[in-house]
Amino acid sequence: MSDSTVVGLNHEEQHRPELLHHFADAQQQRDSSSFGMWIFLATEVMFFGGLFCAYLIYRGWYFGDFAAASKSIDARLGGANTAVLICSSLTVVLAIWAAQTSRRALLIAMLILTMLFGVTFLGIKGIEYKAKFDEHHVPGASFSFDHEEIPGHPGQYANPRHAQIFFSLYFIMTGLHALHMIIGLGLFTWLLVMAWRGRFTPEYYTPLEMGGLYWHFVDIVWIYLFPLLYLIDRHA
Amino acid sequence: MSDHSQSSPLKMYFVVWGSLLLGTLLTYEAALLDLGRFNAAVALTIATTKALLVALFFMHIKGAHEKLLKLVVISTVFFLFLLLVLSMADYGTRAWS
Repeated sequence: MSDSTVVGLNHEEQHRPELLHHFADAQQQRDSSSFGMWIFLATEVMFFGGLFCAYLIYRGWYFGDFAAASKSIDARLGGANTAVLICSSLTVVLAIWAAQTSRRALLIAMLILTMLFGVTFLGIKGIEYKAKFDEHHVPGASFSFDHEEIPGHPGQYANPRHAQIFFSLYFIMTGLHALHMIIGLGLFTWLLVMAWRGRFTPEYYTPLEMGGLYWHFVDIVWIYLFPLLYLIDRHA
Repeated sequence: MSDHSQSSPLKMYFVVWGSLLLGTLLTYEAALLDLGRFNAAVALTIATTKALLVALFFMHIKGAHEKLLKLVVISTVFFLFLLLVLSMADYGTRAWS
C-alpha cells in the first residue's frame, strides 16, 4: 500500500521502537507479557501452596506446640511488616499511575519509596531472625524449646521436636518470601534505571506493570503468612 | 489502560490501601479475642479479603478484558484448592494416625 510496507514496518512500528516486530500491535504485545506473567505467578502460587499445605497438616497434628512456638515470635514486628508491605503495594500502583500520566519525577520517587519499604521489611525481618537465633529457636543442633507452656493449657509443655517443625516451616516460608523480596528489589532497581532513562511513556510501561504484579503477589503471600505464622492462638 | 478512568483510580487506590491497613489491624485484634475454633476462620477470612482486594484492584483483575488471563487465574485458584482441600480431606480425617 504505502512505502512503509516495502521496508516491512507498519505505521505503528515506525513510531514505537519498543514494539517488537513479532507482535501485531502494542496491545497484543502487552497482553502477551501479562499472560506470561500470570502463568509464572500460577507456578509461584503452587510453589508456596505446597509449603502452606505442609504447614496446615502439621498445624492440625501439633496445634498446641505450634501455638506455643508461634507465641514466641514478635507479632508486632510481623504486623508492622504487613503494614510496610501494604504501603509498598500502594507506592507500586502510584508509580504505574505516574507512568500513565507522564509524571516522571513522581514515578522515580514512587519506585525509590517502594524499594525503601522493601528494605525496611527485610530489616525488620532481620531483627526478628536475630531474636530467634539468640533464643536458640533456629532448627538445628543448638535448637532448644524446653519448658514452653502450651497457651491455654497451664502445666503442659510443648514438645520441642514438634515446635522445631513449626520453626522449620517459619524459616523456610519467611525465608523464601524474603528471597522473593530481594529478587523484587533487583527488579525494581532495573525499573528505576529504565524510568530514570525516560523509557516509560503513557503508551509503554509494561515492565512496570509486570514488576508490579510480582510485587503484589509477594505482598499477598505475606498477607497469608502473617496470621498463619504469627497469630496462632494468641488470645490464650 | 482506558482513558475514561483517569481521574478515579487514585481515590480507589487509597481506599484499598486504607482497607488493607484496617484489615491488618483487625486480624491482629481478632487474634487476641477468644473465638474458640473460629479464630482461624476469622483470620483466614480477613486474609482472603485482603488478598482479593490486592488482586482485584492493585493487580487489576477487575476490569481485565483478556479471557486467557481469567482462565489462568481461575485455574490457579482451582488447583490450589485441589492441593489444599484434598490433602486436608485425607490428613484431617485420619482417626487412626
